[in-house]
Amino acid sequence: MANPETAEVAAKVTLSSESVEKSSPIKEFWKKFKKQRLAMVSGIFVFLLIIIAIFGPAIAPYSSEEPDYVNVLQGSSWEHLAGTDAFGRDIFSRIIVGTRISLFVGTISVLLGAVVGTVLGLISAFYGRWVDSIIMRICDVLFAFPGILLAIGIIAILGPGLGNVIIAISIFNIPNFARIVRGSALSVKSTVYVEATKSIGAKNGRLIWKHIFPGTASSIIVNFTMRIGTAILTAASLSFLGLGAQPPTPEWGAMLSNGRDYLSTSPHVTFYPGLAIFLTVLAFNLLGDGLRDTLDPKIKD
Amino acid sequence: MLRYVIKRLIGIIPILFFVSIFIFLFVHLIPGDPARLVAGQDATLQDVEVVRQELGLNQPIHIQYFNFISGIFQGDVGSSIKTGRPVFDEIASRFMPTFWLTFWSMIWAVMVGLLIGVISATKRNKWQDYLGMFGAVSGISMPSFWMGLLLIQVFAVQLGWLPVGGLESWQSYILPSITLGSGVAAVVARFSRSSLMDILKDDYIRTGRAKGLNEHKVVWGHGLKNAMIPVVTMTGLQFGFLLGGSIVIETVFSWPGLGRLLIDSVAFRDYPVIQAEMLLFALEFILINLIVDLIYGFLNPQIRYD
Amino acid sequence: MTEKMLEITNLKTYFHGDDGVVKAVDGVTITVNKGETVGVVGESGCGKSVTSLSVMRLLHDTPGEIVDGSITFEGKSLLDLSEKEMRMIRGNEIAMIFQEPMTSLNPVYKIGKQLEEVIKLHLHYDKKEARNHAVNMLKLVGLPRAEDVVNEYPHQLSGGMRQRVMIAMAMACNPKLLIADEPTTALDVTIQAQILDLMRKLRDESERSIMLITHDLGVVAEMCDRVVVMYAGEVVEEADVLSIFENPKHPYTKGLLGSVPKLGQDLEKLDSIPGNVPTPANMPKGCKFAPRCEFAMDVCWKKDPSLLATNGNHTCRCWLYQDQEKILEV
Repeated sequence: MANPETAEVAAKVTLSSESVEKSSPIKEFWKKFKKQRLAMVSGIFVFLLIIIAIFGPAIAPYSSEEPDYVNVLQGSSWEHLAGTDAFGRDIFSRIIVGTRISLFVGTISVLLGAVVGTVLGLISAFYGRWVDSIIMRICDVLFAFPGILLAIGIIAILGPGLGNVIIAISIFNIPNFARIVRGSALSVKSTVYVEATKSIGAKNGRLIWKHIFPGTASSIIVNFTMRIGTAILTAASLSFLGLGAQPPTPEWGAMLSNGRDYLSTSPHVTFYPGLAIFLTVLAFNLLGDGLRDTLDPKIKD
Repeated sequence: MLRYVIKRLIGIIPILFFVSIFIFLFVHLIPGDPARLVAGQDATLQDVEVVRQELGLNQPIHIQYFNFISGIFQGDVGSSIKTGRPVFDEIASRFMPTFWLTFWSMIWAVMVGLLIGVISATKRNKWQDYLGMFGAVSGISMPSFWMGLLLIQVFAVQLGWLPVGGLESWQSYILPSITLGSGVAAVVARFSRSSLMDILKDDYIRTGRAKGLNEHKVVWGHGLKNAMIPVVTMTGLQFGFLLGGSIVIETVFSWPGLGRLLIDSVAFRDYPVIQAEMLLFALEFILINLIVDLIYGFLNPQIRYD
Repeated sequence: MTEKMLEITNLKTYFHGDDGVVKAVDGVTITVNKGETVGVVGESGCGKSVTSLSVMRLLHDTPGEIVDGSITFEGKSLLDLSEKEMRMIRGNEIAMIFQEPMTSLNPVYKIGKQLEEVIKLHLHYDKKEARNHAVNMLKLVGLPRAEDVVNEYPHQLSGGMRQRVMIAMAMACNPKLLIADEPTTALDVTIQAQILDLMRKLRDESERSIMLITHDLGVVAEMCDRVVVMYAGEVVEEADVLSIFENPKHPYTKGLLGSVPKLGQDLEKLDSIPGNVPTPANMPKGCKFAPRCEFAMDVCWKKDPSLLATNGNHTCRCWLYQDQEKILEV
């Protein structure tokens, strides 16, 4: 607030535009979101990825698992856009088929983490006191294991495999959502209308679900999108380390790991799967940034 | 200031306690019998019982926890199933390479990240800002193992300037540090940009300009020190990201550090080593955050008098 | 012949927002003579702060831009100076005091450092001289324990003390013109009186010009020689302080005076001006005050009156005092 007067002028400008057209929140959101061009492009890219994930095996020009020992480790060509791997399999086809795995693992693991984390966050914020301290202490403990370490620890217990990767990343996401939801639920809780509903005598469950949860929705959506990118990255890292998807599954991280042995002679085997991971994660992150800027005016510049 | 330090030290005790319980229970969460695991698949029932006695697994759980904790204080955290050597020795030789790798990564990442963040904040909505922020979001989105392999391909395989992997000379640090730090640099850049942009709206910035200070002094002198307060906290959290990231990077670069030891141990189901490493990483992370909190107190004069 | 210190002529400062241009200051002319204190009065949002920031050319962090007009300080055209030359003037020849003493000081630096910074910059004192000067300035503004205060952080001081520090900082290089933007608004009433006393004392001790921006007519009555009343980015009335209080012309000025309680007045009769300052989106076509004016005539809705002298130095922007023939033309 460098300048109260200019801030006021600015506030008036926005006020006047609001009074001119009273639009629904969705329209208002769309109007703002359209201005975020990078996020729009990313959104379209993510949509395409979803289409590819659904129809993957049907669109892929070659089989993703059938070896072809005649065409081993070939570079990019018209027949094989991204070349072939050590078993002669078409890398482009494997990337297409692998899209489903990456999106599925990313989305499901964040979804599971988000559901549990949101419930814990809401409970923590609503009941406060010892319930709050216990939940938050658990989060502190989970946060004490830096980054991917917690996921590796969980896989060490459960054993390698994609299913366990999903569980590991879900658990890894729980404290994140719990903290964010708790934070925004606390600010919603203190608003007048929740106080008013409380004094009318609404039941706790209803109060949380109908009044507090909707207020935290935008921060959940933003965080959800942002975490998918990280989840895809973590899953790929775990597969790269040999703790996730096992060969011959066309998981991007696992494909990249296979290519390491041929790095000096056939770098394309590592390059293209990595590019797929990079672009996918980039799209989710840019989309998340755009959603944050439109939905969360606090962080908005 | 001293009171603040003591307050913070007391504050981490419960977290340490819960973390130690979590890691202690870790071995008990593994499906199957830990004693059988240590004794090996071919061991007789009698052998397994002997191992159980040795490990104290037949004692009540709270005694086991007590033994576990007192073992930690005596530097005894069991022996590796794979090599039979004490876990402490296994870890000790791996600690410094990982420490220096994360240290150098952090140093360059914070410096470059801050520089990009400040330039982006001051050149807001100009090409420098767009370039910096697109670079940052790319840095966050890039799979580190991919970046590492690309760097190896270009600078080690093609150009032959730097070693492919391992730790032989100071040149060995260059590629792994660049790879490991890039994500943190990106996060620091984004965060310091938004933090500084908020600060530049503050009243005392206007005061500084009204004094006749030039933009350089306003931004670097008055803006940055204030903007650093949240950036420092966030950087501490990023240290965790680095420690985690080192696990992947060490595998890419065949680094003789803790991360690769951990991955090897997971593959071999060498639980005592995994347990000790988890504990070490967690301790290190908690310790770093404590240091960060202290720096925070140092930067923010209002904390010191509370 | 009085010497002119600051001359703002037909200043236009516009803000470029997402939804078009906001004319925050639209053709303002204000003159401050040497040794004179001019009050700039108006409700918040009338453009008075933007005017002062335009003089200092401190619109950096705003979307505002000076699109027209001139600002002359001691014969120099400020708008033609380079940024570097302008920095030599800021804090040195023209200093500014802001409304928010709580946030106008940098929380991470000690008071001494913040004072010495401006002293070293403009007066080129060395470290020791700067420290002495800083302590002297703090004593001058009546801060107790000045020697200790230089080693303290802003949050250790009260609001009134911080505003004294801000004044000390502004006066440190002995500026010829002081712009005070609502210097007492954020303070308690008793502290307000002390700060005003201090400012009067500092003014009387030297031939300093002051441009005092406020919405508080009480402050104006105590401090000012001349008053400029602003409304919606324009000057609507200007006169010496006595004329304004005894013979206000513009209905807006009358309204402002009516909303100040006077001793012995029946509080029920306290007037307030109905409505609010118009938003840029529904800025009236004619006189900008017309929608809130109880004397509004047909002509007021059609055409904006111009600022004309009613008698001597008393000028007013209102059809009530303007040539009837001109009205008929419209």
